[in-house]
Amino acid sequence: MSNMNMVEALNDALRLEMKRDKNIVLIGEDVGEEGGVFRVTDGLAKEFGNERVMDSPLAESGIVGTSIGMAVVGLKPICEIQFEGFIFPAIDQLVSHASRIRNRSRGRFSVPMVVRCPIGGGIKALEHHSDSPESYFVHTPGLKVVMPSGPYDAKGLLTSAIRDPDTVIFFEPKKIYRAIKEEVPSESYAIPLGKAHVIKEGKDVTLIAYGAWVKTAKEVVEQMKNVDIELIDLRTLSPLDTETIIDSVQKTGKCVIVQESPRTLGLASEIIARINEKAFYSLEAPIERVTGFDTIVPLRLHEEYYLPSVEKISNAIEKVMKNAKGLS
Amino acid sequence: MRKIIANFEVPYLQILNENGKFDEKDLPKISEENLKKMYEFMILTRVFDDKAWKLQRQGRLGTYAQMKGQEACQIGSAFALEKNDLIFPAFRENGIFMIKGVLPEMLFRYWAGDERGMQIPSKINIFPISITVGSHLPHAVGAAMAFKYLEQKNVSVVYFGDGATSEGDFHEAMNFAGVYKSPCIFICENNQWAISVPVKEQTASQTIAQKAIAYGFPGIQVDGNDLFSVYKATSEAVARARKGEGPTLIECFTYRIGDHTTSDDSKRYRSENEVREWEKKDPIIRFENYLLQKKIINPALIGKIKSESEAQIERAVSLAESAKPQSPTEMFNYLYQDLTSNLKEQMEQSKRENKVITKNVGASERAVENAGVVGELEEA
Repeated sequence: MSNMNMVEALNDALRLEMKRDKNIVLIGEDVGEEGGVFRVTDGLAKEFGNERVMDSPLAESGIVGTSIGMAVVGLKPICEIQFEGFIFPAIDQLVSHASRIRNRSRGRFSVPMVVRCPIGGGIKALEHHSDSPESYFVHTPGLKVVMPSGPYDAKGLLTSAIRDPDTVIFFEPKKIYRAIKEEVPSESYAIPLGKAHVIKEGKDVTLIAYGAWVKTAKEVVEQMKNVDIELIDLRTLSPLDTETIIDSVQKTGKCVIVQESPRTLGLASEIIARINEKAFYSLEAPIERVTGFDTIVPLRLHEEYYLPSVEKISNAIEKVMKNAKGLS
Repeated sequence: MRKIIANFEVPYLQILNENGKFDEKDLPKISEENLKKMYEFMILTRVFDDKAWKLQRQGRLGTYAQMKGQEACQIGSAFALEKNDLIFPAFRENGIFMIKGVLPEMLFRYWAGDERGMQIPSKINIFPISITVGSHLPHAVGAAMAFKYLEQKNVSVVYFGDGATSEGDFHEAMNFAGVYKSPCIFICENNQWAISVPVKEQTASQTIAQKAIAYGFPGIQVDGNDLFSVYKATSEAVARARKGEGPTLIECFTYRIGDHTTSDDSKRYRSENEVREWEKKDPIIRFENYLLQKKIINPALIGKIKSESEAQIERAVSLAESAKPQSPTEMFNYLYQDLTSNLKEQMEQSKRENKVITKNVGASERAVENAGVVGELEEA
């Protein structure tokens, strides 16, 4: 057990898995000597050699495309896309191939690889360094999408992603790369994909968050002593754990969803649709969502204006509670 | 100061020319038995291709991409490979599928819209057809990188057309292959036309072969209608790759005799004279004349090979058409290794929603007809 931030926990997961399985290789821009621009692969090239930790040419489609080729013949590539804003040249490889090769070959070939990619705002960076494009991938049949909310989860979820037989897009919220320190077991452990985490049980309202905003949601839970909030961390965005969400909403009758990405067709849209299908008659108030806007994320001066916050989430919860009273 | 810091040459290889002339010393060493086999595969491929076109016209296949004229590119190159070498085809490589051991009935099933046609048996090392142009090139490079890492002596081979060389993935794949010195062979079947766009409008390069130079490995242009040239260039590239000397680009200069696909009408954009001129360079006739001259085959044997191929293809059609249809719910089964609860729910829902259609097979056929022309393939 040691106190780690998320960068260290991810590094630890990679190191332990690479020790376990020599067919795991890393590839990406600056992942070798440099250790990645966020240092997630720090020291791995030295420990495992340049044949296993490959600095790639600057080409995202090439990184993901060659990783697909490596995966189909038996390696387990873990590729890194440096920033989410640079993932788009690789979308063709993910949407046209990685997600489809199992189906196209009717099971003969599959693409067990992990695409690691930082995501989201909150670090006052340049354009294309603060986006939240997870919905594109959640919308793609055949991909799994995971986003951890802290160091402990990051290590366990990345370990599962690496051991998974399917293509997993592993988004790492950069806002919390170093913002949270937690006790992390030094041995290897796996947190199952496809299962949400009920962080705190409560009876008044279901608060759903994922990635960086779980930390903020926890602060809301701490501050709002008068509301008994049930806090759910999705952990895996695809496949979505509908059961945990529905069970919770059937109990609380109210729901608030937090998502950093643009509002339209975000995770919240799908969650609301599923609640509508499976728990509509349990609802005591309209569902609220706290999201980014359908705009480009502003540059550093106005970034906060765009992002969710403790205040925005608290207001949404108050609104839901008030509406529920009005309905009863 | 101004000086020349690099000079490059682009080799061209032709062994058996369009007039049937050749220099004995240039001929690759291939046993008579294998020469006969190559000829048989060329005939089988041509018979398959003609049959597929007819079946499409009869409404028995969906959109089909003909490969007539490109038999030497495919049979010549595939014959130079070993069983464990992994092939990444585009969508016009029916000959290569068959030479690797994929049965023609499988291919007919695929083109008729049955995904199981691309369920390649585990001992056959060829990837399924890739429809989007050029995006499969990085896969071949990745596979080659893996072979190198795993210290296996296999090579990977990727087929694509002249159109694909304009795609970004062509650049990325070639660049990665050069940087990692991957045992990967790039085979460009330059058939002069990407649907309606001639190769001159596709690239300002004099050749496609020369593009390899920029990535730090050799490129060669060969007469793609000469089986011997294609075979020899591929053999040399494979030997280089196996020795750890890295990738090669082979440009097979050939011609697409047929339309781009059965949904295309090439009379709209190219002259029939041009097609006639290329028909005179038919790779099968050229090779056949050589074999006759060398007395490796005779007219009676040719007749026998052709009728056997026709019989095999007829059998394949009836096997393909009599195969038990797959359940439409198979569409849910190959997204992930395990069916997710969400997909399971949708599968059950699909059964309820489609109850009427699945009860009545005729209805689903009509539904396909009503959907109109099946989408165009992009040209490689």
